[in-house]
Amino acid sequence: MQPKARQNLLRTSAHLGLLIASAFFLVPFLWMVSTSLKPVTQIFTYPPEMIPNPFQWSNYIEATQYIPFFTYLSNTTIITVFSTIGVVLSCPLVAYSFAKLEWKGRNTMFIITIAVMMIPMQVTMIPLFLLFNKIGWVGTPLPLIVPAFFGVPFSIFLMRQFFMGLPNTLRDAAKIDGASEFRIYWQIMLPLAKPAVLAVGLFQFMNVWTDFIGPLLYLTDESQYTLSLGLQQFQSQKGTEWGLMMAVSTMMTLPVIILFFFMQRTFIQGITFSGIK
Amino acid sequence: MKKKMEQSDQPLSAGGMINPKKKKSKVSGSSINGWLFASPWIIGLLLFYAFPLFSSIYFSFTTYSILSPGEFIGLDNYKQLMSDGLFWKSIYNTIYFAVFFVPLSIIIGVALAMMLNMRVKGMAVYRTIFFLPTLVPHVALAVLWMWLLNPGFGLVNGVLDAIGITGPNWLGSVTWSKPSLILMSLWAIGQPVIIYLAGLGDIPQELYEAADVDGASWLQKTFKVTIPLLTPVIFFNLVMGAIGAFQQFTLPYTMTQGQGTPDNSMTFYVMYLYDNAFKYFQMGYASAMAWILFIVIMLLTAVIFISSKRWVHYQGK
Repeated sequence: MQPKARQNLLRTSAHLGLLIASAFFLVPFLWMVSTSLKPVTQIFTYPPEMIPNPFQWSNYIEATQYIPFFTYLSNTTIITVFSTIGVVLSCPLVAYSFAKLEWKGRNTMFIITIAVMMIPMQVTMIPLFLLFNKIGWVGTPLPLIVPAFFGVPFSIFLMRQFFMGLPNTLRDAAKIDGASEFRIYWQIMLPLAKPAVLAVGLFQFMNVWTDFIGPLLYLTDESQYTLSLGLQQFQSQKGTEWGLMMAVSTMMTLPVIILFFFMQRTFIQGITFSGIK
Repeated sequence: MKKKMEQSDQPLSAGGMINPKKKKSKVSGSSINGWLFASPWIIGLLLFYAFPLFSSIYFSFTTYSILSPGEFIGLDNYKQLMSDGLFWKSIYNTIYFAVFFVPLSIIIGVALAMMLNMRVKGMAVYRTIFFLPTLVPHVALAVLWMWLLNPGFGLVNGVLDAIGITGPNWLGSVTWSKPSLILMSLWAIGQPVIIYLAGLGDIPQELYEAADVDGASWLQKTFKVTIPLLTPVIFFNLVMGAIGAFQQFTLPYTMTQGQGTPDNSMTFYVMYLYDNAFKYFQMGYASAMAWILFIVIMLLTAVIFISSKRWVHYQGK
């Protein structure tokens, strides 16, 4: 019996298992980046080659000309940024009221909020479309931005869980000093909830940045399209521009990865699920 | 205006600190504040959830389309659906996907989370790798897997070829199109894995130490300690996963450009709903479909909730 040898064997097999599983998750991703840098002739070689030869950086330039990339990029950015601002302003405020203020009907409203999360968006989709159509918002980005300012149930829930975990002592002390409820919220409680605000903001950013059905429904004019819709334009009757499509896919994924990379610690801190147990 | 309410509220809350029950007695300034703070969401709830929810019930009983106001036809939409072949086909496809995807995602998700919970060097890197696919936008994910599974030049068949297997036509074949979709959905499994990881972190270390003292094997520890204590998290992911599986849309829609090819094997319920509403403008018909989906999801969630009493173990109970 040699415990040390056994330990080593265990550790090696753990790494081996992790490496094999990693390959499944990493290789398709690398394949996307690699295809985006391949010349057309190499894209259609068989058996497939992993390393581009030569590296065709011009795919990226060509891709931005094949579709009006920068128009789509700025459309996507505008919708994403404004709807994220909307969620970050509204959700903490509502969540604070659910977590820290006492009011009649609060618990009922909170239960309704949780129940609403289970309504499939397809149920509300048609009447909402008709509503936005009636007030002339179809064909503008407004239906994709304005509702965020009224709160998103999942984010309200997440923020509420976080506020529940904050102690009441600071709030009570400020109350005795005569601070208004809004000032307590804005100057004391909100800064304390920064990790949760960031998590909620990041969720919204990622969801809207990658949203497909929303833009598909409401953006009727090609000049208003987002990148999600633009990606489809590389497929045509003549065939598919794989290299260019992968270049745009890579460019579309990059901001999300960078954002996640820099914010992952705060992001995971901000998610408190303890309340669901 | 707000200040005044606060001031009148002060003595009351100071008392509330000692005896919180007292506050319930009447509508206090704090109550008005509560409603004020929650007001954006209350308006949002009425405007974007309650109103559309109830109008869609009404629409489901009419021939409403964007072009004409339509008329009330009672249950005709529902009756017509019962004899709509594509409706049943889309249900079959959706259930097929859910039945395979949801259990697989739980088994693989838990297994991955347990692997990522081991104490070995470089875990941060492994965790990042597993989460990477989740960050790829769904449209890009669809496009990427179309290319990976391309029968002529794709990497998957290239690898299979190298080990002597002739790969199928994947997305072009009626038999393999749905398994392909399950495969690519499993690729982006990072979010539930993160939640499982959080759940594994909540299991008290003492339990494992006690099991070690009793001489429990790795298998015994997994099935007698880890899995039972993970059931609340599995339950959460099961509910979310099942709801999500029934609403499959973006992946099959972008991959088949809304066609559901080949031979409608990729026409999922929500895709057919979308086509009825926004391609054929049969909004009453589509609303009926939406309500059937809603009821099915509610029933399914209820069943999972009821069954959970038998298999979900909460710590401290």
